[in-house]
Amino acid sequence: MKKLSKSTKNSLINYGMVIALYAIVMIIQLCGGLSNSMKGFLVPVCIYVIMAVSLNLVVGILGELSLGHAGFMCIGAYTGAIFSKLTEDTITVAPIRFTIAIIIGAAFAALFGALIGIPVLRLKGDYLAIVTLAFGEIIKNLVNVINFGVDSNGLHFSLKSAMDMGLAEDGKIIIKGAQGISGTPQDSNFTVGIVLVLITLFIVQNLVNSRDGRAIMAIRDNRIAAESVGINITKYKLMVFTISAALAGAAGVLYSHNFSTLTSAGDKFNYNASIMILVYVVLGGIGNIRGSVIAAVILYILPEKLRFLSDYRMLVYAIVLIVVMLFNWSPKAKEFKETVSYKIKAMFAKKEETQA
Amino acid sequence: MNKFAKKLMALGLSAMMTVPFLTACGGGSESGSASNGGDSASASGTVFKIGGIGPVTGGAAVYGLAVKNAAEMAVKEINAAGGINGVQVEFKFEDDVHDAEKSVNAYNTLKDWGMQMLMGTVTSTPCQAVVEETHKDNMFQLTPSGSAVESIKYDNAFRVCFSDPNQGLGSAKYIGENGLASKVAVIYNSSDVYSSGIYEKFSAEAANQPFEIVAAEAFTDDSKTDFTVQLQKAKDAGAELVFLPIYYQEASLILQQAATMEFAPKFFGCDGLDGILNVENFDLNLTKDVMLLTPFAADAQDEKTQKFVSDYKAAYGDVPNQFAADAYDAIYIIKAAAEKAGITPDMSTSDMADAMKKAMTEITYDGLTGAGMVWSADGEPTKAPKAVVIAVEEVTNDDGTKTLTGSYKAM
Amino acid sequence: MSFLNHLINGFSLGSVYAIIALGYTMVYGIAKMLNFAHGDVIMVGAFAVFISMTSMGASALLSLIIAMAVCTALGVLIEKVAYRPLRNASSSLAVLITAIGVSYLLQNLALLIFGADSKSFTSIVDLKAVKLFDGQVSISGTAIVTITACIVIMIGLTLFVNKTKAGQAMKAVSEDKGAAQLMGINVNATISLTFAIGSALAAVAGALMCSAYPNLTPYSGTMPGIKAFVAAVFGGIGSIPGAMIGGLLIGIIENIGKAYISSQMADAIVFAILVVVLLIKPTGILGKNIQEKV
Repeated sequence: MKKLSKSTKNSLINYGMVIALYAIVMIIQLCGGLSNSMKGFLVPVCIYVIMAVSLNLVVGILGELSLGHAGFMCIGAYTGAIFSKLTEDTITVAPIRFTIAIIIGAAFAALFGALIGIPVLRLKGDYLAIVTLAFGEIIKNLVNVINFGVDSNGLHFSLKSAMDMGLAEDGKIIIKGAQGISGTPQDSNFTVGIVLVLITLFIVQNLVNSRDGRAIMAIRDNRIAAESVGINITKYKLMVFTISAALAGAAGVLYSHNFSTLTSAGDKFNYNASIMILVYVVLGGIGNIRGSVIAAVILYILPEKLRFLSDYRMLVYAIVLIVVMLFNWSPKAKEFKETVSYKIKAMFAKKEETQA
Repeated sequence: MNKFAKKLMALGLSAMMTVPFLTACGGGSESGSASNGGDSASASGTVFKIGGIGPVTGGAAVYGLAVKNAAEMAVKEINAAGGINGVQVEFKFEDDVHDAEKSVNAYNTLKDWGMQMLMGTVTSTPCQAVVEETHKDNMFQLTPSGSAVESIKYDNAFRVCFSDPNQGLGSAKYIGENGLASKVAVIYNSSDVYSSGIYEKFSAEAANQPFEIVAAEAFTDDSKTDFTVQLQKAKDAGAELVFLPIYYQEASLILQQAATMEFAPKFFGCDGLDGILNVENFDLNLTKDVMLLTPFAADAQDEKTQKFVSDYKAAYGDVPNQFAADAYDAIYIIKAAAEKAGITPDMSTSDMADAMKKAMTEITYDGLTGAGMVWSADGEPTKAPKAVVIAVEEVTNDDGTKTLTGSYKAM
Repeated sequence: MSFLNHLINGFSLGSVYAIIALGYTMVYGIAKMLNFAHGDVIMVGAFAVFISMTSMGASALLSLIIAMAVCTALGVLIEKVAYRPLRNASSSLAVLITAIGVSYLLQNLALLIFGADSKSFTSIVDLKAVKLFDGQVSISGTAIVTITACIVIMIGLTLFVNKTKAGQAMKAVSEDKGAAQLMGINVNATISLTFAIGSALAAVAGALMCSAYPNLTPYSGTMPGIKAFVAAVFGGIGSIPGAMIGGLLIGIIENIGKAYISSQMADAIVFAILVVVLLIKPTGILGKNIQEKV
């Protein structure tokens, strides 16, 4: 262990943590002790862990605020589900079809990530944040009005209604406007989710600990200084946005194959969803990968576990959020915590002394 | 994040993860045996456990709360009258914030609680996700208001309300057959499953009817305050009737803005418009002569409706809308079917569902939302929609002040 | 003629966005934080007006004053309890997340207190619509009052910031908190004052928004809040006339887009134009370009 660098050790701990969690859950499931609600959480938790870690790459490592992360998830979810629906009859082996769906979802999301990365090159700070928010909303709005179907003559699109596509008798409607996609094969499961989490951790951690990662963090810490030592800012920013979008896209595919219905209505893919993921990232610690994983798990399960509060559930959640933020981030609270931990340490030290 | 916070987080995480597992292990023997012999209910007591799912927070909370309240009221009444087959009923309602994913979570939570039958979900999209789960578990599901076609696509699911295409079809036919207008404009919510579902069928059926759709204007959930553009286009196109397959909150704004613009066509809506008379502080004059096709009207004169409305008002302080009526009916429909099927709480949920499925197609139910309702095996109810027009009159109160009251009149 | 009508309707909608954006840009420009709870303060203001008018029978003006008092107190309280402790936190994102927490808190409190049913708001404006061209084009009374209020507030704020001592202090705090403190400016008091003014404006905005679009629920403030944020950025963050221009433009683009391109994609059109404008002018229409130094 001594030979390993600190960062490698950290990465290994993260993999170990995820694998241990997986093992524990699997064992409990085998002995039949996993409650239905916990079973239901398994895949969504993986989805939000991937979302949080990939957003942390943009927010924590690159240092840019993105409010449109859920938009990439939306693209991944839709393209993945479309692929699965189209090939449901031709590729009958679910794992193969699902793997291709994930790759396609990630690829499309990456494409959009790169497209959105281009304005990123010109904008900074809150202006960038609002452009990402705008892109997220545009994606959501467009997905909402698309009608898409397939028949023997090929693919059909319409922005008006499913009937305007003029599908032939044998046609199959795939996206039906606001009603979205229904009947996607439910291929997602916990194992696939964990594998994707591990892949995400692998990609992000290796990037962070590489030469590229150090260049990216240099941009975050001081853009002008980084530029002056010859770091290609354009390249690295685009790279981060693309990778982060691709991972979010993969999470989206996992999402769309976990529930048989997919619509962009409500808060699923809009700025509210993006902000929820941002909450995970900030509470877990900006730039802290392990923190993102842990925060996503806790904060996803917390509102579900608060169900016994019935009507007061979201109120309590809001208060918990504010209090935890104040406790974790306020300089005064930090001081207080340091004093307390110092005192505790001193107490123990004293005890040891007296014992000795 | 500093060390202290990290430790705190880790501690929290471990607590969060272990608590549910521990409780799960405690109940493990129970749920484990449910699949074999199905004595989970007997282990948990001799009651029927009915679950409900719908949004009680978030933008759609108004529908979920109405369903929750009315269902709880119905359950109370049933229990006071001796329960179902002499067995008491327990009802539990979980929030889904109008989100498919949260809805499935709510469903799983209810399963842990020991739910045997599901009355839900309230909104269509979550219902489509939950129906997959109830189908897998073969649990009986009756949605009060999930109106999309796919919401009940399996044989274990039934609904109380009309399906969306049904309403679109019914509205188009009614407008055409009664010659209400020759030029019709539609304003619908393109981001809403309910609204776009009705509109789609309406516009398809319009081709067979003697009227023409001169303007079809959409709005979305993100911009549902300003309808002047849509109204202006309808006005410019010379629409005599504006069809509003939307909910009453937006409709109340549309009526107000149309009045400001001095655009006075006929307005025609579906069951989503019910409730417009009860928007607090709304100028009822605007609703005069609005027509709607609805199975439920809160001021119908029959005894059943009147009792329901006065009880609901006494308990929750509001006039119930059609969601509440659907839910109230749903609970009584479950009761009727359960009595027909002769189910007992010690049956497994799957056996219960099989018995209920059969009984549902055999019962005839007279409820708030329709008389003589019958169900086909695909889960769709057959009942007659009532077309009503809103009449507004001025009544003089005891203290001499005058107030407006609105009421539905049959057409 | 219909184009003129769409334009005027867009102008009315834009004036509502503008008046919200003015409050937003105030807090945003000086406290340098995205106050996601601003939309919800608007909602609280609207409810305060609604309650005092319908339940207490107060006049429109008195209700508005009550609502301004309520919102001012609320704004100052939120700042003190939830934002101030995090002002010197190591990341500016911390306070953003707390603002989201406050937003959830206000929404859910309102849900518990007022219920989810929508309330129909009685307009606080009692003014007949103005008709032009033989009644073919009309401008509603509320729109006229909103636009007038917008201009008055804009001029008032500009004068306040530029001519008064407190306003100068705000400018100083906005430029550099540390330096302002060294100059003897009470930073805490200045930021409190900013929140007080911003929240009072939120009450006015809430009342006028609900007069124009009289439908009030606990979630009424969210979407206008976001649109106003967009408007504030569009016009240039921290620029008072920019907020007004941004708001009006967003309203006009939204309605013209709905009328002539697609009513389904109105939001996408607004956001697409926003992106294009920001690409051409990265700091908004009236935003200052600050040179970054090492």
